[in-house]
Amino acid sequence: MSARTIIDKLWDAHVVGDIDGVSGILYIDRHFVHEVTSPQAFEGLKKRNRKVLRPEKTIATADHNVPTMNQDQKVRDSLSRLQLDTLGVNCREHGVSLFGLGHENNGIVHVIGPELGITQPGMTIVCGDSHTATHGAFGALAFGIGTSQVEMVLASQCLVQSRPKRMRIRLEGKLQKGVGAKDLILYVISRMSTSGATGYFIEYDGPAIRRLTMEERMTVCNMSIEMGARGGLVAPDQTTFDYLEGRSFSPKGKEWDQALEYWKTLPSDRDAVFDREEVFDISDVEPMVTFGTNPGMAIGINGSIPPLRPSFMKSLDYMGFSPGEQLLGRDIDYVFLGSCTNGRIEDLRQFALLVAGKRKADGVTVWIVPGSKQVEKQAVNEGLDRIFAQAGMEFRQPGCSACLAMNDDKIPPGRYAVSTSNRNFEGRQGPGSRTILAGPLTAAAAAITGKISDPRDFI
Amino acid sequence: MPVERFNTLVSGYVPLPVDNIDTDQIIPARFLKETSREGFGKKLFYDWRYLGNGDPNPDFVLNDPGFSGKILVTGKNFGSGSSREHAAWAIYDYGFRVVVAGSFADIFRGNALNTGLLPVEVGSAFIDTMMKALELSPAPRLKVDLENQRIKLMPDGISEGFEIDAYKKNCLLMGYDDIDYLLSRQKEIEKWEKTNKR
Repeated sequence: MSARTIIDKLWDAHVVGDIDGVSGILYIDRHFVHEVTSPQAFEGLKKRNRKVLRPEKTIATADHNVPTMNQDQKVRDSLSRLQLDTLGVNCREHGVSLFGLGHENNGIVHVIGPELGITQPGMTIVCGDSHTATHGAFGALAFGIGTSQVEMVLASQCLVQSRPKRMRIRLEGKLQKGVGAKDLILYVISRMSTSGATGYFIEYDGPAIRRLTMEERMTVCNMSIEMGARGGLVAPDQTTFDYLEGRSFSPKGKEWDQALEYWKTLPSDRDAVFDREEVFDISDVEPMVTFGTNPGMAIGINGSIPPLRPSFMKSLDYMGFSPGEQLLGRDIDYVFLGSCTNGRIEDLRQFALLVAGKRKADGVTVWIVPGSKQVEKQAVNEGLDRIFAQAGMEFRQPGCSACLAMNDDKIPPGRYAVSTSNRNFEGRQGPGSRTILAGPLTAAAAAITGKISDPRDFI
Repeated sequence: MPVERFNTLVSGYVPLPVDNIDTDQIIPARFLKETSREGFGKKLFYDWRYLGNGDPNPDFVLNDPGFSGKILVTGKNFGSGSSREHAAWAIYDYGFRVVVAGSFADIFRGNALNTGLLPVEVGSAFIDTMMKALELSPAPRLKVDLENQRIKLMPDGISEGFEIDAYKKNCLLMGYDDIDYLLSRQKEIEKWEKTNKR
């Protein structure tokens, strides 16, 4: 067989049958569902009088529309409560495992899959959420789907898909101290643009990727959708295997040895050809911040807003910024640490390292929202909750929270939030909210100064 | 859900010539708490369509009685961001049956097709011509012919071909959906599962 990319290997290993030479039937190994994009899919099944074909391959959690305070009490918002209850009823009716509100495994779908070892190399993984590419960090073909497709997977464990175009993004060089995975991916998106990878699956590779921890690789893969890609992945290596060994759902004993043997065959063959190759040297990347209303509009912390096409002026008007301005030193009102992009324990540790022994700036509200119950527990075990409390910051309960502001965690109109989440779209964090995307260290620096600040001055 | 059959549509069109319209603009997240598919049209483009006090924004095109039709014409990278199919449902529920754009985000394109909303990608010159036509003639219309994969500006006749996946084209022409198709091949899927245990 000719040389293949990891994307081809994963695809070939899951095609049940061809449709017309272009599209195929793709088998799905793991399906994650949550309360917001699944009710209409279960309703569709009911109308067809069908059951979930392979309930053991679907895992449910409540994350998008949950409060991040008082989770032990009844959810106040009646529509949200109904949506959460509906998920519970659907899972019971169809025999699907649910990590509901308060469950020890509950959390953001893209945080719990990896931390429980449900996400593994070589799998096809889907979820009704565009950040499903997060799971690609393990060398899985993982992508977001719509609700009709959620219904398809529930009904048949398969999807109709066209073979993706393949892109490799090689990242050369070494990140500077104080510059992290979020800065790296914001830099790549700023170079690629918000639609620059439409139609492609991306393999991230190169020395800079190999040096990243699993959590950092997840941050990178997570934002693949922000340049339009169908998904993004990193070939598994020893870092991947070390992370997975011993996790609740990871294979054990002989099965682990067999899995490992298979996983080691997944990396792209040396001579494999990609449809497109991009190379970036990331040695000079600074901490990144966004200035506009899509994640591609980002600059280094010491940079200035570039002159823009007239069509982008609407975006700057919304943000209250002008071309040529610097963001450094500008006042901000909120800081949000959390989301499937940066809500893991390493993110909380980094943030805590910078704010330890300091106080948040007056007038700034700081929300720290762990990505899962396990992250929350770990943070408490390590004493991070006390660091946050002493700094005057709110340590909340897990959920998607202010990333998409479906719950009460909304940034008020006109206010500026430095957020570690993934989208700075108009109104994303609440109607009229103004989002500046950044990594955990930059968010921490903003929290203690009340201004957009270079975190390297504090570490 | 089985989709409505689509063959040919002749209609006026509504211009929204903005690039990178994301699904948070099409339907903001706070309206995603519903558990059924119906009624999202009322919330379509909510934060652009209504002012902070809930009054219609007179500057937004959906509130301009000068424009109507079942076709939305927009810019590049339409439907980027969140995978929420609610965005396609909202556009469909409002009454649109076709979105013409410079390009589409992948997930939105798939969601639109699964909703029975036809995404038509055209070149920027064609979009410019459509925009100019709105200034020149009182009520220009578009003819969208799925069978022949052509879009034509009426009445002066400029036309352009468009691409669509052959399988999805057939689904729309016949009113089939993927689930009908996948269930028709369920035996094959189960056989595959047996030989590909993991």
